[in-house]
Amino acid sequence: MPVIVLRSLVGLLLLFNFSLSSATELDRALSLLSSSSFDDKSLAIDMLAQTGDATSELLLNAMAQGELYYVKKDKRIVLVQKQGSKFQLADALSGEDLGLVSKRKVKKVSVNNKLRKQIRSAISRFKLFHADAAVRLIAVENLMANEDPEMLFQLESIRLKESDPDVVDAIDTVIAFSKLESGDVEAQLAAIAKLDGNLDPAVLIQLKKLGSTSSEESVRLAANKSVRTIETRVSIFSYLETLFFGLSLGSILALAAIGLAITFGVMGVINMAHGELIMIGAYTTYVIQLLMPNHIGLSLLVAIPAAFLVSALVGIAIERLVIRYLYGRPLETLLATFGISLFLQQAVRSIFSPLNRPVVTPEWMSGSLQINSLLSITYNRLYIFFFCLAVFGLLYLVMTKTSLGLHVRAISQNRPMARAMGIRSQWVDAMTFGLGSGIAGIAGVALSQITNVGPNLGQAYIVDSFMVVVFGGVGNLWGTLISGLSLGVVGKFLEPATGAVLAKILVLIFIILYIQKRPRGMFPQKGRAAEQ
Amino acid sequence: MRKFKLTTFTTLALFIASMLSPAIAADTIKVGVLHSLSGTMAISETTLKDTMLMLIEDQNKKGGLLGKQLEAVVVDPASDWPLFAEKARELITKDKVAATFGCWTSVSRKSVLPVFEELDSILFYPVQYEGEESSKNVFYTGAAPNQQAIPAVDYLMNEVGVKRWVLAGTDYVYPRTTNKILEAYLKAKGVKESDIMINYTPFGHSDWQSIVSDIKKFGSAGMKTAVVSTINGDANVPFYKELGNQSVSAEDIPVVAFSVGEEELSGIDTKPLVGHLAAWNYFMSVDAPENDEFIEKWHAFTKDEDRVTNDPMEAHYIGFKMWVEAVKKAGTTDPAAVQEAIIGVAVPNLTGGLSAMMPNHHITKPVLIGEIQDDGQFETVWKTEGLVPGDAWSDYLPDSKILVADWRSPLSCGNYNVETATCSGQNF
Repeated sequence: MPVIVLRSLVGLLLLFNFSLSSATELDRALSLLSSSSFDDKSLAIDMLAQTGDATSELLLNAMAQGELYYVKKDKRIVLVQKQGSKFQLADALSGEDLGLVSKRKVKKVSVNNKLRKQIRSAISRFKLFHADAAVRLIAVENLMANEDPEMLFQLESIRLKESDPDVVDAIDTVIAFSKLESGDVEAQLAAIAKLDGNLDPAVLIQLKKLGSTSSEESVRLAANKSVRTIETRVSIFSYLETLFFGLSLGSILALAAIGLAITFGVMGVINMAHGELIMIGAYTTYVIQLLMPNHIGLSLLVAIPAAFLVSALVGIAIERLVIRYLYGRPLETLLATFGISLFLQQAVRSIFSPLNRPVVTPEWMSGSLQINSLLSITYNRLYIFFFCLAVFGLLYLVMTKTSLGLHVRAISQNRPMARAMGIRSQWVDAMTFGLGSGIAGIAGVALSQITNVGPNLGQAYIVDSFMVVVFGGVGNLWGTLISGLSLGVVGKFLEPATGAVLAKILVLIFIILYIQKRPRGMFPQKGRAAEQ
Repeated sequence: MRKFKLTTFTTLALFIASMLSPAIAADTIKVGVLHSLSGTMAISETTLKDTMLMLIEDQNKKGGLLGKQLEAVVVDPASDWPLFAEKARELITKDKVAATFGCWTSVSRKSVLPVFEELDSILFYPVQYEGEESSKNVFYTGAAPNQQAIPAVDYLMNEVGVKRWVLAGTDYVYPRTTNKILEAYLKAKGVKESDIMINYTPFGHSDWQSIVSDIKKFGSAGMKTAVVSTINGDANVPFYKELGNQSVSAEDIPVVAFSVGEEELSGIDTKPLVGHLAAWNYFMSVDAPENDEFIEKWHAFTKDEDRVTNDPMEAHYIGFKMWVEAVKKAGTTDPAAVQEAIIGVAVPNLTGGLSAMMPNHHITKPVLIGEIQDDGQFETVWKTEGLVPGDAWSDYLPDSKILVADWRSPLSCGNYNVETATCSGQNF
């Protein structure tokens, strides 16, 4: 009996002592956080990580998010939520509401890269015990390059309790990685077998090192064999990656050029203001985002028809006011539309200022689809690729299945004959030009997600667009798509070898030579109409 | 083109009108402002024009200079390099300006240089540049490479422990020269050729997929890697976006940029960029009374609480103060007298120090390294001990380390060769 009492007393004392020390630890850590020295803060993060309780995790998370501030007057650490220009404060420990204050009263607990890394690894330790297996998996994967022996020891004990097979596998991989450096041949061989085909760059480096420095022949052989397997896979994936890069660049080129394929390709108008119509589409996206600041994800979808309409209307205005007087006079059209392009650029500068406008990328378009640690496909590019195909598909349907499409093709083949058949050529001209311009506007929506929305946006794409249309074959929609995609792929395969500048030049030279040989591009129009 | 000329004409007409109207017009000191208000560079240069107008207005409120009011003569060279030279000539011969503040790109500076030398006028150039120049008529208030690039590399090497280097830049004179200097510097510090990757991209490059992927591969060799970016303003946005999308975080591979400031960041969503670095001589976030006052004035002048300030603005602030002091010291606005008086003039900068004009026409400045925060501002993470004097000729290039610039008599030379003890006679 007395023993039990004594034990529980000691236990109680220990517990008390422990909670006391953890509370003071926490207080000390907090007092260090308001220091301006990064070393002090680093110490504080270590202390928080050691305590291992929920408050610490909360604090570390807030710090990583940049929501941890301190009050300038009494150095009290607070959690902050932005409410307009004011800050809503809450005590970091008790969660007590401290009311709204102005920005100047508080100062952020600033972090630098070193601290951010430290916080991230501290948080991932907490996450090892998270209820969600997916979170645990990521936490374990983050530990790959961790060299802390204590951590590995802890990991082995976690493994015993872990039920999820994926997480167990990930833990095994991390443990195997740590065993590569151990002197034990058996353990090394087992580790190499476990890591065979693993694509983490750290594994490859370690195996290479082992393959050349290990004193044991069998280890060297196994490691080198593993290195070869991994390297083959690496080169396959890098080939796939380049292919995707090329297709993605190509889809952007094609998207920018499809509108031009209509106005230049089908109607024969050299429209130098095509780039500015793209720019107008991008600015429409910006305006739509301003109008619906709380629905950024949705705003992009709304922007597609809006940009089409705005650009189409501007296009129709250009056609009605200028271009229709200049049909059949390519030189004058070129000069007039060049003038319009300068006019539109300066108009945008006056209305929106010459500075670039921020267009927010919605959540569902940022980040990348991680296929494995070597191959990841960025979402924005992936969506734009499919978007390009969709736009092309729709346009193709319009051109082949609707009466507008029929009329357009009729006029482009033989204007007098089409008019004789009762087609209102003026109306069709305006509609076609509007269609091409509207498509340019849609391209602007896509481009706003990957490049700067500014007055010079259009100029960057006008040359490329003409290049794609001419190379594909004037008047051929398929040609535009194929030529856009292939130019993108060729460019991307050249780039690693020659650099971006030279790759661009080489592609241009290639097109010039190709056009010399086949002046009508890859897919020339056939038939009598094309002979004229 | 017609549109551009029209704006120029209207501005000119306005100024002629304002000259004719009030009584003070008869006796003013004219200050030229030569910044592009249209074309590609308008994005950066319009802000500097506004800064100059604010500084001049402020000086006039204090009673002007030498008992006269100052008057800004604004022209628009429209991002067209030859037009810069034309407009500069117009400012000096027709408007008879006492000094000109202007230019952004190195090529525009090179274009106006002969004009300023021929007509012996004064230009204050406010942007960080590649160095390798010192003209009798130009005062370089922006950073030379040793005031930006070299300290940034030192920081990464010593504080972050970077072992592999990617030097990425836009394909023109500033990045090429800066990277040449950096490469020589890194090699002198014992970095191997295989640990340096140099990459150039065209102006306004927007497809960064393969380059970012290459950087990722280069950085996964088990050694700490950093990117030193001399990528020109505009192209940075898609570059950083791609970094974010391919999840290259600042903790793994930090990017230190020399052309990304508050102004450039105000056009983008900065969440994915948090932690990337920039090296400048000034950040808007710097805690100094001069800076608070400057920001307050700027907000009042632009009537916009959200406008940011940046490094080239501070350079104009310093340059303008120096010119005012020099004119007071010389008692005249005569360029020759001012050129002589300004050497040694020291004025407060916005980071709480005192910047001085050196005999080589460069100034002393502190160097700050900042990390991008999610509100588009920089958090200073490192600062040089004292002020760094600008070096016109780099000590790391064999051809230029033997050159010194000293515009005081008796030397009066922008490129004095210490080995042969001769001045090449060229003014730059």
